Amino acid sequence: MAQYAMLLYYDADHYWTTDEEVKHSPEYAEFGQTAGAAGVLRGGQALHGPTMATTITVAGGKGGDVIVTDGPYAEAKEVLGGFYLVEAADLDEAIRWGSQIPAAWRGRVEVRPVFEMNDAGQPVG
Amino acid sequence: MTPDVQLAETVRIQGRHVLATLIRTVGDLQLAEDAVQEAAIAALRTWPTSGVPHDPAAWLMVTARNKAYDMLRREAARPAKETAAGWLPGVSSASVEKEAIDMAEPSTVLDDDLLRLVFTCCHPALAREAQVALALRTLAGLDVAAIARAFLVPEATMAKRLVRARRKIAVAQIPYRVPSDAELPERLPAVLAVVHLIATEAHAPSSGDAVVRVDLEAEAVGLARLLGELMPGEAEVLSLLALLLFTSARRPARVDADGDPVLLADQDRARWDHAAIAEATNCLAEAVRRSGGVAGPYQLQAHLAACHSTAPSWPATDWPRIIALYDLAISVSRNPVLALNRAVAVGERDGAAAGLAALDRITALGGSALWHAARAEALRRLDKRDGARAELAIAVGLAPTEPERRLLARRLHDLRPES
Repeated sequence: MAQYAMLLYYDADHYWTTDEEVKHSPEYAEFGQTAGAAGVLRGGQALHGPTMATTITVAGGKGGDVIVTDGPYAEAKEVLGGFYLVEAADLDEAIRWGSQIPAAWRGRVEVRPVFEMNDAGQPVG
Repeated sequence: MTPDVQLAETVRIQGRHVLATLIRTVGDLQLAEDAVQEAAIAALRTWPTSGVPHDPAAWLMVTARNKAYDMLRREAARPAKETAAGWLPGVSSASVEKEAIDMAEPSTVLDDDLLRLVFTCCHPALAREAQVALALRTLAGLDVAAIARAFLVPEATMAKRLVRARRKIAVAQIPYRVPSDAELPERLPAVLAVVHLIATEAHAPSSGDAVVRVDLEAEAVGLARLLGELMPGEAEVLSLLALLLFTSARRPARVDADGDPVLLADQDRARWDHAAIAEATNCLAEAVRRSGGVAGPYQLQAHLAACHSTAPSWPATDWPRIIALYDLAISVSRNPVLALNRAVAVGERDGAAAGLAALDRITALGGSALWHAARAEALRRLDKRDGARAELAIAVGLAPTEPERRLLARRLHDLRPES
């Protein structure tokens, strides 16, 4: 088994803006119930829109000047809207779950394998 | 073939079965590749003196498996955090120790291993160029230097591409399994596209070139044959094999004595490989039977290739059928090159003026040497030689390869200006 972060991207012009929209989305509720019942969900959050984002850059390497800017990292048309953490046997199974997340048809879903760490914070495997 | 080359071919072809099974049992693509490579080197070193063993595949399997276990033991002796990331899903080192490879495994199991390898290499989570590189490395058994040469990239670039692809397979846990029947319709096109791409990237070795070039066209035909054996029920697999056979059958007539390309219209059809054309015709007929009346994209292309490969001459080609096939193809894909080929066929059926009118309706190909060369040919037939010369001059400037540039320049040279 491996864990996969499912990153939910939306077109910036069609980003849902209020908590109400998030809470009352029947499609997300349906995915939450299905994936929750299957026991594959390990976490996940909806994110506030890109106007609420702050980007941090440290210039000149570790310990350098911390530059904080308003807005998301990429001024792209598509923005990260939230994520799920899903545990699956392999990438095909992860894709099967990812393709059921409403963002897959309203925007897109990016699947990233999670780097496994042990308790000491070292990469495993 | 010299005995040495034949031996190397035996090792290469048997090696892919060995690799496919070893990946399943050790669960690590890189480790299995290294082990099979070492076994192949051992075979090529010992067989010339000791003789080829009775069952070369079994010899390679035992040798590769032992090499793999040696590597695993060495790996296990190192501190845990140094061990390489590389387990495929569902396989642990414990299961490797327990599972002995049964030499008497039925051929269906071995075929399943090859299919697993096919679908892992062509997994949609890998970039197309990575899929192609992996297929040539693992399924065709070519070494990195040969693949790099075939695609005209530096060896280090190709090596890096393969390392990245294997890492993605291991880290993202792309599974080593055959898709279910329900998944097959979405997974098969990528496999076919990889083999088709290898065929279309095929560069015929130019004459006098001392460097031995990999024959990508033959590799593509070989891979299509393999897919046909592994998935005998799939119509599009048979159509792809037919298409590649029809096209590669023309190869003996495709270049002249100077190594310059010869256009289809001017090729000596007696030099085509007529056995390959007959095989392709059978494949296509079988594909039609299995497709239940719905022609997939490769079947359409195979029908077009069949029209050309079975015509007695260029003028005697069945142009109405070709035009009808292009109409079908264009209804599925709005690729302007299809419209260009259709316009050329219209010129053959209805005359140069009609062909020119059809060409002029295509607006997307102003930067294509093919479009300007086709206009030049239509104008030449209408005896508008100055117009034809102007078009050829543009085409020469746009030609993507040196042999094509030479061919167009010669046609320009041979066309005298209007007085």
